[in-house]
Amino acid sequence: MSENMSENMSETRTIAVTVNGARREATVPVRLTLADFLRHRLGLTGTHLGCEHGVCGACTILFDGYSARSCLMLAVQADGHEIMTVEGIAPDAETLHPLQQAFRDNHGLQCGFCTPGILTTLIELLRDNPNPTEADIRIGISGNLCRCTGYHNIVVAALDAARRLRADDRGRTTEDG
Amino acid sequence: MKPPAFSYHDPRNLADVVGLLGSLDNAKLLAGGQSLMPMLNMRYVLPDHVIDLNRVDGLDYIRETDGALEIGAMTRQRDIEFSDLVRRRCPLMHEAIVQVGHRQTRNRGTLGGSLCHLDPAAELVAVAAALDAKVTVAGKNGARSIDFAAFPVAYMTPALEPDELLTGASFPCWSKRHGYAFAEFSRRHGDFAIVSAAALIEEDDSGKVTRAAVTLGGLGAAPVRASEVERALIGEKIEDKMLREICEPLRKLDAVDDIHAPSAYRQQLATVLPRRALLKAHERAIERIAAKARA
Repeated sequence: MSENMSENMSETRTIAVTVNGARREATVPVRLTLADFLRHRLGLTGTHLGCEHGVCGACTILFDGYSARSCLMLAVQADGHEIMTVEGIAPDAETLHPLQQAFRDNHGLQCGFCTPGILTTLIELLRDNPNPTEADIRIGISGNLCRCTGYHNIVVAALDAARRLRADDRGRTTEDG
Repeated sequence: MKPPAFSYHDPRNLADVVGLLGSLDNAKLLAGGQSLMPMLNMRYVLPDHVIDLNRVDGLDYIRETDGALEIGAMTRQRDIEFSDLVRRRCPLMHEAIVQVGHRQTRNRGTLGGSLCHLDPAAELVAVAAALDAKVTVAGKNGARSIDFAAFPVAYMTPALEPDELLTGASFPCWSKRHGYAFAEFSRRHGDFAIVSAAALIEEDDSGKVTRAAVTLGGLGAAPVRASEVERALIGEKIEDKMLREICEPLRKLDAVDDIHAPSAYRQQLATVLPRRALLKAHERAIERIAAKARA
């Protein structure tokens, strides 16, 4: 270790990040992970930390629309980018997103620890593939560990959510024209 | 778990990266972060400086030049996965990359990160060995090209000087009628392979093999080419019994013994996976020749 240890211990940068549609500015230590930034600096504790080394998937967020493990990114890397966390999924405080409603209706969660990472992963999956097979879902969430459910009802909920979202889409198309 | 203290640098161009590498001691390059970030979080590595490549221009591309696919070091694994050009000209790489990690890790992970981290069981490392790739490296004396066969110098150690970085790799494409397959065995979907096998073959109209490349990953410090199998295939028609015979001696290859599998288990896989990969490659070669005849 070098003599500038004490100096870089406190090296900071000011960043501007769009989180769930709102612009947030902060001065952060350069070694702060994005996950800790979201949780401790922004108070968005919906992003969970299980393993903190990229295995469990609980901290999955969407980075410019693509799922990523927020424990494997630095907060400074998010400067100028857009983040969506589990708090940004629901349209408003009173209404669940169809994906969340499907999880509630199908008992797609038990303790709930893995749920934020699974929901963010599925938001991306269902956007890119609105008509997934069961195998697509199972492969899609293979990077998310759940120790309660055995995954069965998560898969059921995800397939149900896909149906609801397709129906919503058809509804919109009909209204439009 | 938190990363140790370091100074952070996010240069915008290659010249600045090379300048930083030449002037800073104990610096680490940060590409997609899917290996370095866990090592920082667990404090397996303690760099004084982290040089982030994510804002460097010009290292993110996939293009075809003179019969080879050229891919930039900072090209995301996701972009390789969804590239039509890769699927068309280098389908082996597509088949391998969907076995790399998970959607969330491929969205961030890069080609250059995988090749330089050099995990002995990494799929992209095996693909580079299978295709006789060349890597391009930049340093203060300019750029140089290294045959991938000479790139791993020891366990997880690339042939890079401290002031050099990998900027891209070139993967020679096989003919449009070649057969390919990437087969691996792992305990869980998305894990590194315990052993992997990559097979590439070309056959003439009578079905005799005219060219073959067989690569094994996960046995030792770096992937190995099964050159005796490659030679034995030339002039032969692929069928199961012959493959069993020529793949059996692969059991004699050195293999590591670790928490994931004993060496004898890896050696067993070394006889089985190349056979499966070659059978699949043969089926595909027939399909592709038939499809071409229909067209």
